[in-house]
Amino acid sequence: MFNFVTFFPRAVVQSVPLLLGCTGETISEKSGNLNLGIPGVMYVGAISGVIGAFLYEQKSGANFNNFLAVLIPTLACLLGSLLMGLLYCFLTVSLRANQNVTGLAMTTFGVGFGNFFGGSLIKLTGSDVPSIALSSTSLAFTKTLPFASKAGVIGKLFLSYGFLTYVAIAIAIIASYVLKRTRTGLELRAVGENPATADAAGINTTKYKYFSVCIGCMVAGLGGLYYVMDYANGVWSNDAFGDRGWLAIALVIFTIWRPNLAIFASMLFGGLYILYLYIPTGTDLAVKELYKMLPYVVTILVLIAISLRDKKENQPPASLGLPYFREER
Amino acid sequence: MNSKKKEPLIHITKRKALTWKQEWLVRLAGILIALILCAVITTFTTHLNPFGVYAAMFKGSFGSPRKIWVLGKELAILLMVSVALAPAFRMKFWNLGAEGQVTVGTLATAACMILLGDKIPNGVLILIMLIAAIVAGALWAFIPALFKAKWNTNETLFTLMMNYVATQLTAYYIIKWESPKGSGNVGIINAHTEAGWLPTLAGQKYFLITIVAAIVTVVMFIYLKYSKHGYELTVVGESQQTARYVGIKVDRVIIRTLLLSGAICGLTGWLLVAGSDHTITTSLAGGRGFLGVMVAWLAHFNPIAMVLSGLLLVFMSRGAGEISTTYGLNPSYGDILTGIILFFVIASEFFINYQLHFRSSKGKEE
Amino acid sequence: MQNNPIAAVSMRNITKTFGSVVANNNVSLDFYRGEILSLLGENGSGKTTLMNMLSGIYYPDAGEIMIDGQPVQISSPKDAYDYGIGMIHQHFKLVDVFTAAENIILGIKPEKGKKMDLADASRRIREICDLYGFDVDPNQKIYNMSVSQKQTVEIVKVLYRGADILILDEPTAVLTPQETDKLFAVLRNMKADGKAAVIITHKLHEVEAISDRVAVLRKGEFIGELITSETNAQEMTNMMVGHEVSLNIERPEPKDAHPRIEVKGLTVRSNDGVLRLDDVSFTANTGEILGIAGISGCGQKELLEAIAGLQAVEKGEINYIEDDGSREPLIGKDPLEIAAMGVSLSFVPEDRLGMGLVASMDLTDNMMLRSFRQGRSLFTDRKSPKKLAEKVVEELDVSTPGVDTPVRRLSGGNVQKVLVGREIASAPTVLLTAYVVRGLDINSSYTIYDLINRQKERGVAVVFVGEDLDVLLELCDRILVLCGGRVSGIVDGRTADKREVGLLMTSLQGGGDKDE
Repeated sequence: MFNFVTFFPRAVVQSVPLLLGCTGETISEKSGNLNLGIPGVMYVGAISGVIGAFLYEQKSGANFNNFLAVLIPTLACLLGSLLMGLLYCFLTVSLRANQNVTGLAMTTFGVGFGNFFGGSLIKLTGSDVPSIALSSTSLAFTKTLPFASKAGVIGKLFLSYGFLTYVAIAIAIIASYVLKRTRTGLELRAVGENPATADAAGINTTKYKYFSVCIGCMVAGLGGLYYVMDYANGVWSNDAFGDRGWLAIALVIFTIWRPNLAIFASMLFGGLYILYLYIPTGTDLAVKELYKMLPYVVTILVLIAISLRDKKENQPPASLGLPYFREER
Repeated sequence: MNSKKKEPLIHITKRKALTWKQEWLVRLAGILIALILCAVITTFTTHLNPFGVYAAMFKGSFGSPRKIWVLGKELAILLMVSVALAPAFRMKFWNLGAEGQVTVGTLATAACMILLGDKIPNGVLILIMLIAAIVAGALWAFIPALFKAKWNTNETLFTLMMNYVATQLTAYYIIKWESPKGSGNVGIINAHTEAGWLPTLAGQKYFLITIVAAIVTVVMFIYLKYSKHGYELTVVGESQQTARYVGIKVDRVIIRTLLLSGAICGLTGWLLVAGSDHTITTSLAGGRGFLGVMVAWLAHFNPIAMVLSGLLLVFMSRGAGEISTTYGLNPSYGDILTGIILFFVIASEFFINYQLHFRSSKGKEE
Repeated sequence: MQNNPIAAVSMRNITKTFGSVVANNNVSLDFYRGEILSLLGENGSGKTTLMNMLSGIYYPDAGEIMIDGQPVQISSPKDAYDYGIGMIHQHFKLVDVFTAAENIILGIKPEKGKKMDLADASRRIREICDLYGFDVDPNQKIYNMSVSQKQTVEIVKVLYRGADILILDEPTAVLTPQETDKLFAVLRNMKADGKAAVIITHKLHEVEAISDRVAVLRKGEFIGELITSETNAQEMTNMMVGHEVSLNIERPEPKDAHPRIEVKGLTVRSNDGVLRLDDVSFTANTGEILGIAGISGCGQKELLEAIAGLQAVEKGEINYIEDDGSREPLIGKDPLEIAAMGVSLSFVPEDRLGMGLVASMDLTDNMMLRSFRQGRSLFTDRKSPKKLAEKVVEELDVSTPGVDTPVRRLSGGNVQKVLVGREIASAPTVLLTAYVVRGLDINSSYTIYDLINRQKERGVAVVFVGEDLDVLLELCDRILVLCGGRVSGIVDGRTADKREVGLLMTSLQGGGDKDE
């Protein structure tokens, strides 16, 4: 029988990388930057975290400290994602390159970067471990509140997650608030809607684009970090992260550029992602492959539904994907 | 607040149009700088001699007649995908679904080979495979095109999602057809009878693939540049309003162009299964759907120029394969190098269109 | 200005180039507080470019700018605001999905530690509106506003930021005479307040009405200045163009006029269900120019597009009347089907580069837009379009490096000549034109009027949508006035007067605004 109490936490666990990726992409798109490099950024975020954790585990030995074990990979992840963000900005904002092509190149690069270091880290550092399994680090990441396990069903549904889950939700709520309610958010949206207007109003469009893309990339990078450290229990395997980055980008449209909606939408998608495990198929393994289509088919249906009722407020930022050059004429 | 403002440090203006020779020199310079940077990075991360690495890459691509043929085949397949994307992109239809369109092409081809294998004459079988693959690829592009044409549904993500649907569909059939049972893969199809395998021409297995790709490329070049269809789709890409104003049926052009785009992808799938791999996996397209986007864009959607940009990327990936066997590095290293080169080529476009003025140099100029 | 000898703004030897085009060459210009300066010049004479260097959009290649005698560097719009310079651009700089208040406070740095306070901003906006007599709802979204409302928001935005040097780039292009009067009253108020203002306009009577001084640019160079009260339209025009120009538009008598296009009870709704045309009926005759007047956005675009087969129609009839009197309906046909009927209908749309031409294609390829289908070959024929392009370039005196130059690189007037040339080349029986001289200088405008008159003499039924009432009254045989999608009157172009038409344009109260 379908067991919601076991299903829901697994859906949530699946949703966190999607939520972080989606929030990051939304922040970026609101400033007019369609960053198709997000899947690559999430790979880089993940592997940067892995490298940080790996080096720390190797060096610390007996002095393993839970706080540092979380801090070092997180900082490494943020740094790696930030560098990717800066690269994207330099190309698309400063050099006004085509955003789609730059994004795809970043994804090629980022996935390659992740898989290369994932596959060669041991050789490069000359360690003598058989595989990258950062179990101690992972334990630090997945620590739950001490009383969570005693809180019964409520504890299982809401308290059984590592800290990054709550961070992801907090980031989404904060991002929603900043975008909607603050002057910074207003100016950021103006840059994405109509950079010429924002510029003429004295807003530094370049600065806003750089900041929003870089912050967006760092948020998305955390999604990659969560995947390795929490979901995969610290075990890196090449290409395991899969297509989650692309789904995160699709989720942005699904949530009509609202990170607070993304909290629920990502859980829905997380659920769809693993639903095939809960649908009884008997001995026919092949059918499971068809059920795995669900998140993509639903995304397509949502895209269609959104295009059918076009409302002014639900449209993408008007200058999304376009470079801005003040002296264009 | 009225403190004296400084003159900007760097000031950017649009430059006069360069000749195409100057443009290509800028791009070449970009690639050269990228190769130097790649060499430096290689030395630092892997402590290998960068020249050795490049020599190995060159050897991996051109080292033997067989390697050259493999390079040619890889280039041909990548070129087919890029050429397929060209009309869609020229129409500003961001088709990221070539991956899926190729995949369904491979699936349709494999299905015919498995189901009709020894039941009909080989020539007829190959023809049916061809038609099935083309129809499948065209269908996969038709669905997003229809919604784009009628309701302006976002095609970038629609086509992207269609890739995964194609992958899962293929995964489903792979389990259905797996041989031996439980192995999770299909193995070489018709290994004994070679039914549905493309013939070896001029003693070369890949000769036919290369020829097909060359023909498709040239035909597409002519189609885009000289045909009425090519003119129509360019107008639609530049301005749908203008297209309607002169009576071009925009939705029809979008659908027609994508049918063509998908059909060539399907044809590519046919070549992959019948002419090269003789099996089916979920990843036969191998990321070429995305790589093709970049090949096409780097060549400014000109099919002939795609031969060059395609060669660059194929060289990188073949070379990277060689490095991984020679030096025991992970083959993904090639993706990193490819990424770096792409960044530099993308950046070089800026220097073709814009000009920098520095504060200090200003006085001397004027 | 006598009692304030230091110029508010002094531009010294300014040069600015775009690629190979010299937009401003060694221009020097002064203006003072308490005066209104008109900047006059043909299209492409560099007026907007010059002003954009004050507002921080462009940065000069050479030259110096002084504000109140102090040399300054204006390298961004923010710098411009810091110096009290506010510019109202020809193309509004507003974010569509924001409210008026959000647009107005955009980019203003708050005092430290203060949160965004839209309520407070709205209060201050209302104060400014009361002071100058504006009517702006701070909470209204821009996309729900009419053009004149948008412009009001632009002006309030500049005032809100405390600008005391105002630049207005063709502010009256989209206004009715009444709205223009209101704007001028506001400008005089500001002048009395000691503010400096520069106004760019092509309409000489407005120059005479509002400005104290006139500065003239020609081909990027400063030609000279005049005291408005000591000059006249003819002198200004000659200076602008560089030689004597006749300022009269000819109006040949219609010959053998008979009905060609008949519109009955035409009703059109936009995609989002807003009524754009409401029960419009009229006839356009051969050998006659039918003018269409109205505030912009009152259904002119929909009307022409409905006739051209580009607009879905809810109700009503549009008939093409052959020479023998037989009627053929045009509704429900697209441009291709209309052409297939043997009706030669030419249309010069409002948005030249967005609809009539393809900006990135060269002249030859643009000529091909109308003819590329000819012949059964799969391939396009580029030879005859090339000949046509060469002919248009020669006959209409298009200034272009060659027929293989993308039209995007041409100036506005030349783009328009290419478009009109192509549309006339097909020997039409009906010619629809929308704002055909918008943004064109006097010389180009007169060339176009002349072309239209030649078509009229050929017996073409011309529908001429215009915005300059003086031109409509001089050129057209009859003028249909649209107001909020309804016909508020059809007057005789030879006898009607400007006030009368102006009133008709606004007669159905608030019609234009309501439907926006």
